[in-house]
Amino acid sequence: MPSGVPVIRTEGLCKSFAGQPAVNGVSFGVEAAEVFVILGGSGCGKTTLLRMLAGFETPDAGAIYLDGVDITHMPPYERPVNMMFQSYALFPHMSVADNVAYGLRKEGVPRAELRARIKEMLELVQLSGFDARKPDQLSGGQRQRVALARALVKRPRVLLLDEPLAALDKKLREQTQFELMNLQDRLGTSFVVVTHDQEEAMTLASRIAVMDKGRFLQVASPQEIYEYPCSRFVAEFVGTANIFGGHVSGVSDQVVSLTADSIASPLLGALHSGVAAGDQAWLAVRPEKIQLGKEAPEAQAGRCVLTGVVQDLAYYGGRSVYRVRLDGGHTVLVSAQNRLRSPTRKLEWDESVYLFWEAQAGVVLTQ
Amino acid sequence: MKGRSLAIYSWLAFGYAFFYVPIVLLVVNSFNASRIGSHWGGFSLHWYQQLLDDPQILAAAWLSLRVAFISACGATLIGGCAGLALGRFGVFRGRMALTGMVAAPLVMPEIITGLSLLLLFVALKSLTGWPESRGFTTITIAHITFCMSYVAVVVQARVATLDFSLEEAAMDLGGRPFRVLLDITLPGIAPALLSGWLLSFTLSLDDLVISSFVSGPGANTLPMLIFSKVKLGVTPDINALASIIIAVVTAGVVIAGVLMLRAERKRVAQRP
Repeated sequence: MPSGVPVIRTEGLCKSFAGQPAVNGVSFGVEAAEVFVILGGSGCGKTTLLRMLAGFETPDAGAIYLDGVDITHMPPYERPVNMMFQSYALFPHMSVADNVAYGLRKEGVPRAELRARIKEMLELVQLSGFDARKPDQLSGGQRQRVALARALVKRPRVLLLDEPLAALDKKLREQTQFELMNLQDRLGTSFVVVTHDQEEAMTLASRIAVMDKGRFLQVASPQEIYEYPCSRFVAEFVGTANIFGGHVSGVSDQVVSLTADSIASPLLGALHSGVAAGDQAWLAVRPEKIQLGKEAPEAQAGRCVLTGVVQDLAYYGGRSVYRVRLDGGHTVLVSAQNRLRSPTRKLEWDESVYLFWEAQAGVVLTQ
Repeated sequence: MKGRSLAIYSWLAFGYAFFYVPIVLLVVNSFNASRIGSHWGGFSLHWYQQLLDDPQILAAAWLSLRVAFISACGATLIGGCAGLALGRFGVFRGRMALTGMVAAPLVMPEIITGLSLLLLFVALKSLTGWPESRGFTTITIAHITFCMSYVAVVVQARVATLDFSLEEAAMDLGGRPFRVLLDITLPGIAPALLSGWLLSFTLSLDDLVISSFVSGPGANTLPMLIFSKVKLGVTPDINALASIIIAVVTAGVVIAGVLMLRAERKRVAQRP
């Protein structure tokens, strides 16, 4: 568990390519045994950041510290940091065992210890007996595990993973996700993971950094990122969110009311950051936090009720997603669990419905 | 339908005949006891015997093989470095100049290359006294000069298809740049180096024009000797010599083909 002392720490890292900033002043610390996930779309600078940690790119400004030692200008082959590449980058002309042994051989580990460590590592990733195979004789999942073994066998202080699961198909990905977490738990190595897949980020991370345009927008636990996003970008990037723009009409008792254009009744949300009446603000509400009903719900303090018409609905088995058009013209997504096999009061297309949520379910954002 | 396939097969036969009839004629004639090509005088190994007794031809063949071997090695070394630099290092100072220099011998008429190399050797001799006489050394240097361009082109194309992250991964695992070059990059471009070497060997063995310019008295390569002999009329022992070369080349191609097929089968069989 996090001890409070960062294993790897960066200070104001910057890197530009041909005048275009790719990473723009990023500072963070990763603690021992932590899984730190950098989440962002393509071109947000996450891979450049990871490559700077590995030593393949030299930052224009800023510094990287490993256990308090400045390693900013240390070449990659001297850093006690290893990387698992997105393409796995297995050496095609070497067997599985030689691939895993490569790093240890460069270290000059004695032969007996080398053999023992390779055996132990291959057992750990469940590839015993595959020693003599060549990479092109392995399946995608096996290759991924060889890449992992090869990076972990050097016992790095920090393991960098570039989109570790992106090349696997969906079923295998879920299974591998759990195996990866198991392994991390047993070894206690700090992981820095880069991904564009928010589901992957949520399941792996102890902390997520949402990155856009070379900057960290929010660094927090998965729950916090999901429940209390700090901006519209984060709210929409991680999961789905209904966002209403408007002005703050009142703040009272942790509840903010917001007047939105073309919506008659005030919208309610929980106070997250300091806002005052008259400010421009946005309200974000997750689809699963909105309830739907044919009859008007009981009026309660802090309950926000709207009316609309079901425009579209999609049945996913476990849940259904409704697209509801509000009377003012907004379209709202609502996700509902299908608890009963045949709900007695099914909602159909073009049906008038009431939508409501408690103020606690909404988040008021100022940017 | 029948008529069409007949036409196609005729075309096919014509195509093969175009390629192979001259070669077959040559080989047949090398066993012809008669001195006149158009007249079959019975089967004989006489010309092969005569060939082996001719010290001039043997010396020329030995010289050509030595030149070809050393030029191929030299061209692979230098051309390999040039190809690696052009394919891997992106933009660097003098890249345009290097690209131009590598391409020059490919597009330059051989006769110009030969002439300019001759002028170079003459000027060098008057300035430094080296090379004392033209022959083996100057031919080899000249062959390396034009062969390395071919190697560079082949290697550059191969480097471009290599996954750069392999080298990064090796470095990440603690391999210093030079070790990574030996451990990862060289095996990756080995096929290109091999084909570059073979190409250089063939080109060197085949070269007549450039060799003629930079050679000196007494140093005749095989193509030079054959050409000078043919000027006096084709003698059947040349047919015998050509047949031997064809046999060696065919054997080489067949062996390479069988080896490649075997490797491919093995690879396919072991795939999961």
